[in-house]
Amino acid sequence: MTAPILEVQDLHVRFPVKRGLFGRTVGHVRAVDGVDLAIQPGETLGLVGESGCGKTTLGRSIARIISPTAGLIRYRDAAGDEVDLTTARNRDLRELQRQIRVVFQDPFSSLNPRMTLLQVIGEPLRNHNVATGSELEDRVAGMLSRVGLSPKYLHRYPHAFSGGERQRVNIARALILEPRLVIADEPVSALDVSVRAQILNLLRDLQEELGLTYLFISHDLSVVESVCDRVAVMYLGRMVEVAPTDELYTRPRHPYTEALLSAVPRPDPRLRDAGRRIRLADDLPDPADPPPGCTFHTRCAYAVPGSCDVPGGAPALERTGPGHRAACLRTDDLSLAGIEPDPV
Amino acid sequence: MTDLTSQAPPREPDPPPESPAAVPETPGRRSRGTASQRRLVWWRFKQHRLAMAGLIVTAGIYVVAVFAGFLAPFSSSTFDPEYTYAPPQRLHVVDRSGGDWDWGLFVHGYRSTVDDETLELTFEPDESQKIDVGLFVKGEEYEILGLIPWDRHLIGPTNPDDPMYLLGGTRTGHDLLSRMIHGTTVSMSIGLVGVAMAFVLGVTLGGISGYVGGRTDLAIQRLVEFFMSVPSIPLWLGLAAALPPEWGPMQRYFAITTILAAIAWTDLARVVRGRFLSLRNEEFVTSARLDGSSRQRVIFRHMMPSFSSHLIASVTLSVPGMILAETSLSFLGLGLQAPVVSWGVLLQDAQNIRAMATAPWLLLPGLCVIVSVLALNFVGDGLRDAADPYKR
Repeated sequence: MTAPILEVQDLHVRFPVKRGLFGRTVGHVRAVDGVDLAIQPGETLGLVGESGCGKTTLGRSIARIISPTAGLIRYRDAAGDEVDLTTARNRDLRELQRQIRVVFQDPFSSLNPRMTLLQVIGEPLRNHNVATGSELEDRVAGMLSRVGLSPKYLHRYPHAFSGGERQRVNIARALILEPRLVIADEPVSALDVSVRAQILNLLRDLQEELGLTYLFISHDLSVVESVCDRVAVMYLGRMVEVAPTDELYTRPRHPYTEALLSAVPRPDPRLRDAGRRIRLADDLPDPADPPPGCTFHTRCAYAVPGSCDVPGGAPALERTGPGHRAACLRTDDLSLAGIEPDPV
Repeated sequence: MTDLTSQAPPREPDPPPESPAAVPETPGRRSRGTASQRRLVWWRFKQHRLAMAGLIVTAGIYVVAVFAGFLAPFSSSTFDPEYTYAPPQRLHVVDRSGGDWDWGLFVHGYRSTVDDETLELTFEPDESQKIDVGLFVKGEEYEILGLIPWDRHLIGPTNPDDPMYLLGGTRTGHDLLSRMIHGTTVSMSIGLVGVAMAFVLGVTLGGISGYVGGRTDLAIQRLVEFFMSVPSIPLWLGLAAALPPEWGPMQRYFAITTILAAIAWTDLARVVRGRFLSLRNEEFVTSARLDGSSRQRVIFRHMMPSFSSHLIASVTLSVPGMILAETSLSFLGLGLQAPVVSWGVLLQDAQNIRAMATAPWLLLPGLCVIVSVLALNFVGDGLRDAADPYKR
């Protein structure tokens, strides 16, 4: 296996909870609580989990929009040198942020309504002194046509575009600096289903063309299945399962993954009611006060009192198969249902 | 395309992305698409009829303020004690006294009678006396914008010594029309100068408060709350009364403006702070930072433009407040003082019932205040509604 382009080790991000008149810190929300993750160059790693599980926080700390509390984020640049993003100085960070770019979720709030496409997409080029004047314009026009928009639109403002077109602009802005790693934070969640597929295809094409590596954050398992090579499942700030996509979808080894998969809608009527639907209790435990033992035991159908809820560290990710790791104490005792491959 | 799950790898060639040509290239769409924010605001503003009317009136009032010397028949200090409380004259266009049509502007002179018992002076138009009125007549010298000396007046008696009181005379025998026109300069400019001061204070403090946050924010917000909680009229009165009486009209003018601005900045500071707070977490600001923009660039290029229109709107809305405040101070005799004329100073004459009963035209400056305040409010409302053209 080649050296990973990005390696996250024991990453913690905690937000203080302040209360009272003087804003006393009464506790910490552990948004990311000891995450290990490695991304191989050229792959698309999906990061899934329900709302509030910390997947966006993880993505944002890799892009250093927020500073992690503890841990390591080791990035390997094109020359093979390793840099720790958590301790990088501001000047180095600026350079690194050229190579690691973010595509945001909301195509409406992520584009400055007061700037034309030329200004929006050209901004990174300008700030990094890559190009100016007509060269900048040429490069932006080239990027526009690459993402499937006409260069005629250079002097238009974002309000003249639909959600899908805006997301293309977002992608163009992320890619104009020729990054190596792109963190796509729910890039299609705000889009119509029909547009969604077009954007996913665009991302895939650009990956092949430019040799990109994606960290694809999503809560939509069908989207993740269609674009990702590997999938990492997060629950309450922790990684619970990492596996190649096919493997994870057909043979999940963590009850939480099983529950997530059972909720994926099956478009084929013949498969309807084929699998049982696992309903989890609605409430995600408070990340400021996670349950003892395995953090999932409060909602897990397979939890055994006395072993899963024993105070102490939550179970760590253990290898359960080739490239497959899961953090469940009872993973070997359980036979969990995945998604049957579609009958052809 | 809804069937995403079946699209598992291996990946087949994709359908062509939504082609750019699919977007209809109608001229309407093109112009909307390339229209800058300023143009969009203007389009929205134009649809607001009341605001457009307000804009025209406001512009007219400021033209009067700038060219007061030319528009007013007399200077603000010219007076004739013979004509105290002289009633308004009618401006005639044609003289038919001679039997035929004799075109030309004129007013009739006054015949004054003194009541033997009350010594009250009453005026009646003297039909036999004809005072010719001309346009662009030579009169007293003045300076346009304080620079170019000139002696022509838009309207005035051909003989500058003849009495002409189109809107009546004041207690001292000044021409009310002239004084109202000269008062426009002071009243309208005090609004602008005061708001400019308040703007600088408000934007700086509000900006720091919103962008830096934390303890600084806390301190500035408490300061704002303190200023807001002080009842404004007594504070103005106190401060204005404390001004040294030997100060000249200019010094007094600036002192009053500063006093007014000291209160007015709080609202602006709040607006600016709120905008900064809400923008700080907008994704386009985050992405501007990720794009490598420096802090100044994030603030001035990315954040400020998105609320400049809101700022303009709230500034416009605070100008009438200033005008009203100056008027009330001067009305109470604590603001500007003669020889400076403002609408408030003129309204001082209308303080007693007797004067108002004999000379109701003294209330006309109040009408000016109402018209200008309403017009500015309409403009401000229109601007505020148009400020965010992206909101539907």
